[in-house]
Amino acid sequence: MSVTREEVAKIASLARIKMGDAELDTMVPELNNILEWVEQLGEVDCSGVEPMTAVIPNTLRLRDDVVDADPKTGGGRREDVLANAPLAEHGFFGVPKVIE
Amino acid sequence: MTELTNLGVKAIRDGVAGGDFTAREVAEAFNAAVAAAADLNAFIVTTPDHALAAADAVDAKRAKGEDLGAMGGVPIGMKDLFATKGVQTTAASHILEGFQPQYESTVSQNLWDAGAGMLGKLNLDQFAMGSSNETSYFGNVASPWKKDGTNAAMSPGGSSGGSSSAVASRIAPAATGTDTGGSIRQPAAFTGICGIKPTYGRCSRWGTVAFASSLDQAGPMARSVEDCAIMLEAMAGFDPKDATSLKMDVPAWETGLNADLKGKKIGIPKEYRMDGTDEEILQSWERGKEWLRDAGAEIVDISLPHTKYALPAYYIVAPAEASSNLARYDGVRYGLRDLPEGAGLQDMYAATRAAGFGDEVKRRVLIGTYVLSAGFYDAYYNQAQKIRTLVARDFEKAWDACDAILAPTTPTASFPLGSLENDPLTMYLNDVFAVPASLAGLPAMSVPAMLNGDGLPLGLQIVGKPFDEQGVLDAGLAIQQRAAFEALKPGGPEKWW
Repeated sequence: MSVTREEVAKIASLARIKMGDAELDTMVPELNNILEWVEQLGEVDCSGVEPMTAVIPNTLRLRDDVVDADPKTGGGRREDVLANAPLAEHGFFGVPKVIE
Repeated sequence: MTELTNLGVKAIRDGVAGGDFTAREVAEAFNAAVAAAADLNAFIVTTPDHALAAADAVDAKRAKGEDLGAMGGVPIGMKDLFATKGVQTTAASHILEGFQPQYESTVSQNLWDAGAGMLGKLNLDQFAMGSSNETSYFGNVASPWKKDGTNAAMSPGGSSGGSSSAVASRIAPAATGTDTGGSIRQPAAFTGICGIKPTYGRCSRWGTVAFASSLDQAGPMARSVEDCAIMLEAMAGFDPKDATSLKMDVPAWETGLNADLKGKKIGIPKEYRMDGTDEEILQSWERGKEWLRDAGAEIVDISLPHTKYALPAYYIVAPAEASSNLARYDGVRYGLRDLPEGAGLQDMYAATRAAGFGDEVKRRVLIGTYVLSAGFYDAYYNQAQKIRTLVARDFEKAWDACDAILAPTTPTASFPLGSLENDPLTMYLNDVFAVPASLAGLPAMSVPAMLNGDGLPLGLQIVGKPFDEQGVLDAGLAIQQRAAFEALKPGGPEKWW
């Protein structure tokens, strides 16, 4: 299977990465080389094989149902959360207007 | 006085505890070595004050007769993939340039709690994607090693290339690394040092910039197996903040070290003898077998039939997870924002990510987006996850016949920076021997074996059963004692930086 220039442009748009013509021109053959190479996985008979979901058997834990069970991941840290924001106003993240 | 920068973790820790020198003297010596090594470009930022403060705390504890910790007085390099409170953390990307975490990663906190200090944040391939340390936004890292008779800058491997370069050049006694598909082992092999990736789940991923979460594992890089054992013990441990963290006690790997391999069986996978593998790599493998036999082990042939499919499966699974993990870089919450004049929210996302991600990162995000997209999910992603099951099953069967596996770490020695930059696929093949253990979540280590005809280091890899880091370290120690790599080049590679 290979991808066309239009398909790569569509994938880039899905991935929210702006790509110009020159970048698309180099990306198309590179992606096709890689996709052609991974095609070999189709040779393997995987009937009856379950896709891997956990590499080391481990049970999913539930934390205690309490507020701030771990202070590092609990609430009440608005300043920390906003400290690295490119634009923080009135205690919120600032973004360009999204409603017309 | 001993040249302090020639000492490793154990020698520093024991020397500080014994009063041979102070932790401050050690920190000052390494800070000076780091400052004088800008040509290697191993560090993105240096933090001499952090190293000095940690050293002073250790010296004060010693004066009071208190316990100094398992890494007491040892200054280390921290791969810039670990969040460090108040110290820029970038994953070597432009999109995170200037990011100052408000919290400390579990692994780095564990190391500070054990008495270590930080020399600085180490360069790496951008978001840990790369095998040569040429994808960093902050420039290539150079290996301290050069081919005999040439002056070209060589690759320190990747993605933990700042870590490998710093440890091999002795500007840091040890460093943290992370390994998603060989990123600890391949750079260790390229630079003649040791590095171990533990069983998936041993080290917490909390506060580590995510690449492919089902594969990412932190581990130590140092110049001896003993030093790796000490540092891994300090880094590992259960962390409720990471859902995949193993709820198991950390074994006493350092005191458990035993290079006597009597009664152990070491498997040699026939599929790792691939067409075109470098003759000297095969020669190092033969020597490795002899060394382990000499240590008392029995060498047995084994088969891992799906080996050749591991790397292509990895290049579906890892980009798929990366495309999902990297969705968080949107120009809203942290890092770079590129807001073109009059742009809306969607345009801002696309412009920010275009400006903030490097070429290799974009390539992998696109592959990941494609293999997860409707219509292709089964053919690519699900098929790769099934192959991953088969690769893991190969190892499970192998454990019926052997206790650990010996293989080369890489198919070639290091190469000059720039020599593979237009050939992503050939670059990916660097990790062909490293990736299977990653897909199966197994502990695996690289130990230096010999110098090739060009005077460049070659590494040997040991892969162990789940949770058997001890078995891996023991076999590594047996190789270290017989390869006597440090004696091949006393004092390390010739200083040119």
